[in-house]
Amino acid sequence: MSKQFQFKLVLLGESAVGKSSLVLRFVKDQFDDYRESTIGAAFLTQTVQLEDGTTVKFEIWDTAGQERYKSLAPMYYRSAACAICVYDITQSASLEKAKSWIRELQRQADPSIVIALCGNKSDLAARRQVSQEEAQKFAEEEGLMWCETSAKTGEGVNEIFDRIAHKLPEVAPLQAQRGTAAAKPAGARSVDLNKGPAGPGTPESCNC
Amino acid sequence: MDEEYDAIVLGTGLTECILSGLLSVDGKKVLHMDRNDYYGGESASLNLTQLYRKFRPDATAPTDIGRDRDYALDQIPKFIFASGGMTDLLVHTDVTRYLEFKQISGSYVYRDGKVNKVPSTEMEALRSPLMGLFEKRRARNFFVYVQNWREDDPATHQGLDLKKVPMKDVYAKFGLEPGTQDFIGHAMALYLHDEYKEQPAKETVLRIVQYSQSMARYGKSPYIYPMYGLGELPQAFSRLSAVYGGTYMLDKHVDEVLTDPATGKFIGVRSGEETVKAKLVIGDPSYFGAGEMKEGQKVRVMEEGMVVRAICILKHPIPGTEDVDSLQIIIPQNQVNRQNDIYIALLSHHQGVCAQGVYVAIVSTVVETSVPEKELAPGLALLGPIFDKFVQVSPLYTPTTTGVEDQIFITRSYDATSHLETVVADVRDVWQRVTGEPLKLEKKVVEVQE
Repeated sequence: MSKQFQFKLVLLGESAVGKSSLVLRFVKDQFDDYRESTIGAAFLTQTVQLEDGTTVKFEIWDTAGQERYKSLAPMYYRSAACAICVYDITQSASLEKAKSWIRELQRQADPSIVIALCGNKSDLAARRQVSQEEAQKFAEEEGLMWCETSAKTGEGVNEIFDRIAHKLPEVAPLQAQRGTAAAKPAGARSVDLNKGPAGPGTPESCNC
Repeated sequence: MDEEYDAIVLGTGLTECILSGLLSVDGKKVLHMDRNDYYGGESASLNLTQLYRKFRPDATAPTDIGRDRDYALDQIPKFIFASGGMTDLLVHTDVTRYLEFKQISGSYVYRDGKVNKVPSTEMEALRSPLMGLFEKRRARNFFVYVQNWREDDPATHQGLDLKKVPMKDVYAKFGLEPGTQDFIGHAMALYLHDEYKEQPAKETVLRIVQYSQSMARYGKSPYIYPMYGLGELPQAFSRLSAVYGGTYMLDKHVDEVLTDPATGKFIGVRSGEETVKAKLVIGDPSYFGAGEMKEGQKVRVMEEGMVVRAICILKHPIPGTEDVDSLQIIIPQNQVNRQNDIYIALLSHHQGVCAQGVYVAIVSTVVETSVPEKELAPGLALLGPIFDKFVQVSPLYTPTTTGVEDQIFITRSYDATSHLETVVADVRDVWQRVTGEPLKLEKKVVEVQE
């Protein structure tokens, strides 16, 4: 049977660099110039099929606006296997912000996390403030993947998710099933609250 | 900040985050602020650096007990009933998808100098040293009665109207000894003191049923616990709120709650030069004068007692408990000549709250004397050698009014109980005060988009 992986992917970056748009392009192949952030979506999922039959399912977490006033909860990075830090190539300040998110990830997230730096809005190259050389150099120094994308035209979007999907099984070979990057302590089994009573007895049979 | 909101929520403690999430899901425009740069307020779980900043600001955190990030130390020791109001909230709002839960491995009660497992199944009750042979038979009759009791079926009442008859009469009917009453009332019904015996028995019976149902759900204890600490809960509910459009501002000082001078009604809050308006405000007591009243400020909260809590770092499990990785021990008040029970909650790296080889025990009780720390002594004595200890005395605040008149709704401090059911009760109470309607949990709200 071919391998199946599932990874949590978190998006980071300044407001209005196009984080949600990137996901929408990747997951639904849609774009909307004036869209508000997705209301009511805990996260979105999309599966990438690799050449050898391996499937990589992304559980994609958007910031839900909590990045806006520096209010992203540490829970957000918890167990993330990969992160895409997005900047806007027409706003040089947004690259600085992406860099600070990367430092935050290096501090807070699992050390094995795969990070991609992504310059969005490549369709607006005429208004470019961030050169490809500058961003690429930073990415190389920090050992990050780098790309430019346009959520509007779709350019580069599938490619970056593809590259992450190829890299993840290499760096996280043991997270076969429901993959999470953080090593879970052994011991007590987790419980699933969405399932009914599964204990040794029903309420009627215990308690004597 | 110049927009107008339906509701401003002050403080990101668990109670406030649940209410914020529920209001956002309900379509309200919510602004949620916290003076701290982290989520959770009093219900946050702290890493070592944060712990030291709070308890020993002049010292640096130790580096020889694991990495800072390995730690998530609760300030308020509480567990979640496997079958209770909090699990209902978690499931119905679907925030379970952000969280992972573990079972707490054991529930113990102190009696005559020893720690015993609280029996919850027939087998355990028969083996338990807590009762003699005849007492076991009487206790069995009592539990069968409790299990079969239905409010609307008089045939199950055996002539006792539990809405009127005090619990002490029910104990008397089944001939239960004081020691058995102690573990039933304190370790199963989880009363902190003995006043419940004078109250109508129905509430006690319902609590025993809840304990048993929670026990039956996963087996080892009636409790579950979120990986990486209780502080994950407010974060998860804040994400629910944000996903539904709630705006979050941490590290935001709240300087003033503004009211209309004529009507006294809430207008908005001021932070520095900025003012933001809303129809109503919900917040924890610390935003409404708890601890430090400013001159001329209206009295909105009052103190109704204090809790003393000691966070103890251990390098071993608790002696006499089969070395379980997590547990609760209840020391009933009678056993140590007190009016209130002493609780011990133990966690370890299995719950992702400390480094491997370290155990964290929180000993707590309601303050009865002027030397609170001394009151914890019977609990501390059960722990064995204590590597380090952080003691805090916290006043418990409650609002002076319902808040309906001025649209200022204040939540309660986290109490001395060992579970989150009183937090759920407060959420339901505030929701009712805010909306005028009881909280209904009818459908799952968050969808995953495939």
